[in-house]
Amino acid sequence: MLGWTLREVSAALKQGQITPTELCQKCLSLIRKTKFLNAYITVSEEVALKQAEESEKRYKEGQSLGDLDGIPISVKDNFSTSGIETTCASNMLKGYIPPYNATVVQKLLDQGAVLMGKTNLDEFAMGSGSTDGIFGPVKNPWSFSRQYREKRQQTPCGENKDSNWLITGGSSGGSAAAVAAFTCFAALGSDTGGSTRNPAAHCGLVGFKPSYGLVSRHGLIPLVNSMDVPGILTRCVDDTAIVLDVLAGHDPKDSTTVQDPVKPLMPSSLTDVSKLCIGIPKEYLVPELSSEVRSVWSKAADLFESEGAKVIEVSLPHTCYSIVCYHVLCTAEVASNMARFDGLEYGHRCDTNVSTEAMYATTRREGFNDVVRGRILSGNFFLLKENYENYFIKAQKVRRLIANDFVNVFNSGVDVLLTPTTLSEAVPYLEFIKEDNRTRSAQDDIFTQAVNMAGLPAVNIPVALSHQGLPVGLQFIGPAFCDKQVLTVAKWFEKQVQFPVIQLELMEDHSSVLNNEKLPSVSL
Amino acid sequence: MAAPLLRCSGPGRRWALTWIDGGSCHGRGSPTGPTSSWRKRQSSVAQQLLHSAHKPRKGEHKWAAVVGLEIHAQISSNSKLFSGSQVCFAAPPNSLVSFFDASLPGTLPVLNRRCVEAAVMTGLALNCRINKKSLFDRKHYFYADLPAGYQITQQRLPIAADGNLTYGVYVGKRQSQLASRMVRIKQIQLEQDSGKSLHDDLRSQTLIDLNRAGVGLLEVVLEPDLSCGEEAAMAVRELQLILQALGTSQAIMAEGQLRVDANISVHHPGEPLGIRTEVKNLNSIRFLARAIDYEIQRQISELENGGEILNETRSFDCKLGCTVPMRDKEGKQDYRFMPEPNLPPLVLYDTTSLPPEGADPRQVIDIDQIRAMLPELPSVTRQRLVQQYRMRPEHSFTLLNEVGLLEFFQNVMKETRAEPKMVTGWILNTLLGYLKRQNLAVWESPVTPSALAELLNLLDSKAISSSAAKQVFEELWKGEGKGAAQIVAEQQLELMQDQEALEQLCHATMEGHPQVVMDMKKGNPRAINKLIGLVRKATLNRADPTVIKKIVEKLSP
Repeated sequence: MLGWTLREVSAALKQGQITPTELCQKCLSLIRKTKFLNAYITVSEEVALKQAEESEKRYKEGQSLGDLDGIPISVKDNFSTSGIETTCASNMLKGYIPPYNATVVQKLLDQGAVLMGKTNLDEFAMGSGSTDGIFGPVKNPWSFSRQYREKRQQTPCGENKDSNWLITGGSSGGSAAAVAAFTCFAALGSDTGGSTRNPAAHCGLVGFKPSYGLVSRHGLIPLVNSMDVPGILTRCVDDTAIVLDVLAGHDPKDSTTVQDPVKPLMPSSLTDVSKLCIGIPKEYLVPELSSEVRSVWSKAADLFESEGAKVIEVSLPHTCYSIVCYHVLCTAEVASNMARFDGLEYGHRCDTNVSTEAMYATTRREGFNDVVRGRILSGNFFLLKENYENYFIKAQKVRRLIANDFVNVFNSGVDVLLTPTTLSEAVPYLEFIKEDNRTRSAQDDIFTQAVNMAGLPAVNIPVALSHQGLPVGLQFIGPAFCDKQVLTVAKWFEKQVQFPVIQLELMEDHSSVLNNEKLPSVSL
Repeated sequence: MAAPLLRCSGPGRRWALTWIDGGSCHGRGSPTGPTSSWRKRQSSVAQQLLHSAHKPRKGEHKWAAVVGLEIHAQISSNSKLFSGSQVCFAAPPNSLVSFFDASLPGTLPVLNRRCVEAAVMTGLALNCRINKKSLFDRKHYFYADLPAGYQITQQRLPIAADGNLTYGVYVGKRQSQLASRMVRIKQIQLEQDSGKSLHDDLRSQTLIDLNRAGVGLLEVVLEPDLSCGEEAAMAVRELQLILQALGTSQAIMAEGQLRVDANISVHHPGEPLGIRTEVKNLNSIRFLARAIDYEIQRQISELENGGEILNETRSFDCKLGCTVPMRDKEGKQDYRFMPEPNLPPLVLYDTTSLPPEGADPRQVIDIDQIRAMLPELPSVTRQRLVQQYRMRPEHSFTLLNEVGLLEFFQNVMKETRAEPKMVTGWILNTLLGYLKRQNLAVWESPVTPSALAELLNLLDSKAISSSAAKQVFEELWKGEGKGAAQIVAEQQLELMQDQEALEQLCHATMEGHPQVVMDMKKGNPRAINKLIGLVRKATLNRADPTVIKKIVEKLSP
């Protein structure tokens, strides 16, 4: 039952096949069994059981709150949760218990969702591997899948199996691992440069980045305010839409959310794609793209074409400037946003008390890791009076050009863009850490962060397994506030590709977590 | 009638022009020398320095001072600029702090409509251009009472710009004539106030109160059109009156609702401007004027002694009466300005630019609608007083300068037949004098407008003498609830209307003082006054001295 979709389990709850408490217990038990994945920083067991109990009461009284009532969910540990520690995987916020809920968290709780816990991430969401947090790296559940193990046994390999686990991608890797390992039915991530879509691709999940302004950021501890959006990770498109429908809309506490009322976002079921125009941006065909992802991408384009859609090559000419532009804007906002962590009001404070300045310096040195401090340093450099024009202003101009690239393409009649999400499938941790965080982020965000600069909706859809038995995902990008359109195309595509369910084997006994599930095996 | 001087703050204080630039500021108006009376008013240190500063000798270069002000006015609003926290002076420390004010991670600013309206209204009153689109920026610096590590302000594109402020200064030998001056306003921007740091040197601790953190401020930036402390003081006073008339700020300097930073430099006219210093956090108009004049003199002395002026931030030590460098503001600050990403551009509308169809009316601010709501501004009120009551302009200034005094005046006028000139005199001399002696505000006056009107009616109908009226006022001041008429009756203060009785009294007095009568007959002019005095005393001051004089003259052949 844990492998079911959110919609299916919701139906089961309504029909009384299972109670919210039983469901919650099952998830808690699986969380314990999969602890080695390091997906969770905090498991809010008591809160979850209490919420499940209340949900159960509602079901008994026939007053369930809707599709999410009693559904176990997880939340990335950079969303404020009232009464539950929120760390951003940083020493700076270790022990910090927010007194309020992020709007998205509150909206989920208002619908009766059961909060299982807070998931792991790169410190302050700065990274693309979920490897750079103080609680250690997150392990990709696919490292422990039958699919991956079988393929690995075929290829001779002398390395130690246990140390050769794969990264989840990031920075919302904890949320991705939590959903992929069936410990919850949906999880919130955040997406600033691809942090939801990237781990979704590596973990075989649907990872959705809504249009900027569609979903409130209030309570999301910011990385880059002008690009951050809460992201949604689920196992299918419909589940994402159910969650998005709850989260979307104006929030008086976030002035950058849409003023106009939001229409329902549930995707329609397409039967005919002949009126669709799919754009394939030629600039995304980079030399670094692995042949497997490239082949999956091209097969997907063929699929659309064979089903009658118009598939055309398009150009986003400023794509190559995106990474460097992102670097300037991101670090500048990081430098600004991190200024509040001074050890005075909350969070870590060092023992030094020689002077206020000395206290700030030591607190911040102890509180932030090298990645965060490096970005703060760069950002402050870009914001200096003598550099502002040459870096920040120029980067803003380039950002506008990048956003306009998308506008031009969509104005030319393209409905959605189809692109890779990542360069390759997930790599082993030991491989990943050979490069530093900055290099990795620059490489891994290549297909995803231009979307954040332009504020567009985008989704990763798991498509197929690689030769190694690992998920490969593709990304759909739509025009701003055409989130439903993106999900509609994604849903049709999802149905065509029938991505296989992970056969997760636990460490001890190698027994499958979901041994009674029927596994589809169709792939492209 | 001796006109009371235009008061800026505190009783019996005012500021004269400095002598630099040959007297009046920038040579406008008539020249005024360094009057001894002015020097007497200066506190010790400033005074010494000013004494030692020398008058320009013939052929020597004159100095001119260039003064610009940045004025921070706390917006009168129930809640803060970007959060719902209440705004209240002197609330218990850290009792008015929202999650946003404490900069809890994940919190976002939400702009307070009231603050925007206040900024627009203030901009309109100061003849500014209101920008239909303005932007918010972050200004970064680390300070313990700035929880976010940055202040949200409007650096690039403020809500209002290019205005001006007209104010009056006293000129002339006796500083009794008013001259009108104008200072240009560069811009008005919305920004957050910081919290307060209380340094406990004894325990080497700093205590932080965030109640003020995030309160809405209007920063009014004046162009450097001022040239001395008095001009600055008068301009700020006028701005204060305008803000109070608009209700956009209570602008009480003692409560920190109005704070002034002054940028000061000196140069020789016709030469490039000198290096400027900034004197920060001036929290009374008196100190503002003194700090500026001190700083001008300091810079002149420094330069004349071959020194140089450092581009630095100084504070005014009000006990020593001098400016001193601020230690914690040493070194060049780079504020690393950045657009505030959490606030979309602030868009305002007017009748020519209607908001988009279906826009939420709560999100729409109409400049023209605010313009229509503008109350009468102080300058117009003064003009009206001058025209309606033929009041002297300086009296109209005084009436407006004291909080509540104009209203008091108007209430008295409603109930009395007395001439406006008499009413003005009584209010500006007698009432204000009593208030100042006891350091009371107008609303605290024990004499109500009705009571004063009743008294003035008695005086106007010649039922009492003006000296009796003073006595009655004294009684009224005791606040025992008796009316003027009652006091007059009880103390038999009404003028003696009985001619015969008065003649008898005069006769008796003259008989009792033959020597004085003799002196009078000899032509000693003081003698008759003495007799009049004696008779008045006998009548308990109830007789009109002119009438007595006539009788005495008649009785002495």
